[in-house]
Amino acid sequence: MSALTGQAVPAARRRDTAASGGGRLPRALHPVAWWVWAGALATAASRTSNPLLLLLIFAVVGVVVTARRTDAPWARGYRFYLGMALTVIAIRVIFRIVFESGVTPGDLILFRLPRIPTPAWYAGVQIGGPVSLEAVLSATIDGARLACLLCCVGAANTLANPKRALRVLPGALYELGVAVTVALSVAPQLVESVQRVRRARRLRGASGRGLRALRAIAIPVLHDSLERSLRLAAGMDSRGYGRTGNATPASRRLTATLMLAGLAGLCIGAYGLLDITVPRAVGIGGFAAGAALCVSGLAMGGRRVSRSRYRPDPWRWPEWTVVSCGLATAVVLCLNAGYNPAALNPGLYPLQWPSLPLLPAAAILAAALAALAAPPPPTATGASR
Amino acid sequence: MIHFDQVGVTYDGATAPVLRDVRMRVEEGELCLVIGHTGSGKSTLLAAINGLVPHFTGGTLTGRVLAGGRDTARFRPRELADVVGVVGQDPLAGFVTDTVEEELAYTMEQLAIDPAAMRARVEETLDLLGIAELRHRALRTLSGGQQQRVAIGAALTAHPRILVLDEPTSALDPASAEDVLAAITRLVHDLGVTVVLAEHRLERVLPYADRVAWLPGDGTVTAGDPAAVLSRAGVVPPVVELGRLAGWDPLPLSVRDARRRAPQLRRQLPGTPPVTHRSAHTDRDAPPALTARGIVVRYGPLIAVRGVDLTLSRGESTALMGRNGSGKSSLLWALQGSGRRSAGRVSVAGAAADPADLPAAGARRLVGLVPQTPADLLYLDTVAAELAQADRDAHDSSRDAGASGEAVTARAILDDIAPGVSHGMHPRDLSAGQQLALVLAVQLAAAPAVILLDEPTRGLDYQAKAGLTGALDRLAARGHAIVVATHDVEFATRACDRVVVMAEGEIVTDGPAATALTASPTFAPQVAKILAPLPYLTVAQVAAALDPVPAP
Repeated sequence: MSALTGQAVPAARRRDTAASGGGRLPRALHPVAWWVWAGALATAASRTSNPLLLLLIFAVVGVVVTARRTDAPWARGYRFYLGMALTVIAIRVIFRIVFESGVTPGDLILFRLPRIPTPAWYAGVQIGGPVSLEAVLSATIDGARLACLLCCVGAANTLANPKRALRVLPGALYELGVAVTVALSVAPQLVESVQRVRRARRLRGASGRGLRALRAIAIPVLHDSLERSLRLAAGMDSRGYGRTGNATPASRRLTATLMLAGLAGLCIGAYGLLDITVPRAVGIGGFAAGAALCVSGLAMGGRRVSRSRYRPDPWRWPEWTVVSCGLATAVVLCLNAGYNPAALNPGLYPLQWPSLPLLPAAAILAAALAALAAPPPPTATGASR
Repeated sequence: MIHFDQVGVTYDGATAPVLRDVRMRVEEGELCLVIGHTGSGKSTLLAAINGLVPHFTGGTLTGRVLAGGRDTARFRPRELADVVGVVGQDPLAGFVTDTVEEELAYTMEQLAIDPAAMRARVEETLDLLGIAELRHRALRTLSGGQQQRVAIGAALTAHPRILVLDEPTSALDPASAEDVLAAITRLVHDLGVTVVLAEHRLERVLPYADRVAWLPGDGTVTAGDPAAVLSRAGVVPPVVELGRLAGWDPLPLSVRDARRRAPQLRRQLPGTPPVTHRSAHTDRDAPPALTARGIVVRYGPLIAVRGVDLTLSRGESTALMGRNGSGKSSLLWALQGSGRRSAGRVSVAGAAADPADLPAAGARRLVGLVPQTPADLLYLDTVAAELAQADRDAHDSSRDAGASGEAVTARAILDDIAPGVSHGMHPRDLSAGQQLALVLAVQLAAAPAVILLDEPTRGLDYQAKAGLTGALDRLAARGHAIVVATHDVEFATRACDRVVVMAEGEIVTDGPAATALTASPTFAPQVAKILAPLPYLTVAQVAAALDPVPAP
């Protein structure tokens, strides 16, 4: 069998070079690099309510996604995230208008909605009333910040194959990754069987509505998927899934405890870091402790599984560059040094055009370097990678 | 390599053991073919090799099974993954990842094989099975044959010493099945893998088998030299049947072997068979049961059926053949009226309206269709409930149509076409053949003049196919017009009077079975291939010619 290897590998290489057209070889960037980059931008977005900076982040994410997404199915989803982002902003503004809030004396009143009287036990909420420019603006900015976070998540999903991202989960979380992968592939199969059974039902006269019709479709489909999942389970078992190696129940319990404690620490840390009112030390301390616990838990758990990875994504300078330009943005916006921190969160009172702090703006623009640093995405036949 | 020592298997709650007292050895590098009727315990025997029985399925296993020297009592299936590779019937159900390359690597990842070695093995396997051009494709977009080859490849990359395949071609059309079987025989010869294979298409693999294990159905296993075991086995392809009839010893296992023995038999036989290959019930004097004109089915830019004209006589049984994607299913669904039809008219004897213009309940009284997965129509808990529901549906629709007449109950129909189906059973627990009979009975309860079956022979063994042939014969005798879409030439020979071959949505051949099936070597049944140029189609015809006494 091994005699054949010599011919096959050069053939694969030849195709790669041909597709690149000279310059850099197209390849998929390591999914973790994209997730870190997007996460860092999301962090940066959550630090500011300056509309100019938020717009800049929107623009940077848009540019990078356009430049570096593949033509694979999951990569076409970015506009759904954009749609969702706009919806978030709209909902936020509408709520602020309908439930009169955030209006202070001296505001610039745009218009007045008829006030609907609310019962006494509902006194906290007022429906209708004056709508001020300041309230609408602050709602829009709040919404935009949330929308920015959404777009960052969307960008990560678009740029990195979500399933490949699951593959880089540490060994201890492998089972979770497989479960998600299998669940994702079951959904289209389920849709297919529902369509098939519905079509077949006509052959039997398709009499009966409501519960009976539901039953006539649900029972064959459920039977089908149950049988299929049993076969899948048998297949995975015979293919070595879940070879435990040498784990004892005690070590498994220790791993679980470490992981849970670590996650709790991470949550506290993240809250502390992102909320400005919490002392900085609590945030950093919690984050560090949580991360340490998680890492040791994963290491413990990973030790018991012996598994290898087929064609692991390499981690080279493009990955480092993408990650560091993302992180640089987050760090600059978190440190509040080198510029006036008030410029990140300009007040609406008095109403004025926000100033654009130079350093944060430059840092956000630097994140766009990811589009240049990342190699061109593979196309056509290589699209699935 | 594989050793069964006094093995017995009893599933939980079962009264009788599935396997008992099995003693069998399969040596290194052998191809062992497992044969037997559906339900005789083939799958249990195969699943016992890597410990799925009893670790996964439950039940009790007595005795010892050794695979590559490891006792399956102590090793679970996952710990045998490096020794035994397993390929199932439905490849799609067993895929864990979603692209070809990742699927090939999956088992190796579980076995923690070094990434460099993994890469090399994936490339080797891609070439070995001829699927290199599919490497980046999503598994769901592949054809059945390609999927099955990927599944075999995925089992092979771990370099198991034993490969177990449970009816790997039962869901495939003949061309894909050939690809898969060719790949398997190549593995045996080039790699020396020990292969255990359960397969209905005996004629394709028999020539390569070193050992045959026959499960007669009482739980025992008879294993040994192929010719010796087959001389006693109940499930045999026509070539072996003919060999037995002619008294050839050793039995020929391939058409080539038989043809070399046949000259003397050919001289003995009269030039025209004394009996026809089947007794036809076609009633050409009556008005046609169904007339279709200019049927067109298109799905967007794809034209599945292009302007087909078809006339079916009462009592005529027609085989609709052609490769996958040639428009057979689309044509059947369009004739029935439930499927898409872009142009064309269908008229059924005794009805003014086109079935497509009627509500579903009315259309099924004119034309009944049994779809490719018959179980899709079954949703009640017992066979009896399904039959009662079928009667109610038929009664309602005939009352709506204002018709009255002698009502034959679905139960009577089922007992007629498949005697012995227990009415208290859950429809899902029936064998594939019995499920098919149940759905056929449900559809016949509406008394359609025309009955269409979409690939009913998939996954049926010789016995079930014989049962289906008998059932269709009786329906034809009662005047039903029957169309069966099938890939199975032997089945078409026995069950059909007329053969219609489709290609690219058009009818390319339409004629009596005897001429259509002997005209081309690819569509000829085995007996015709062996005895050509004599126009014999079945072993029964040869028997009648050799022994004139029972012929009249």
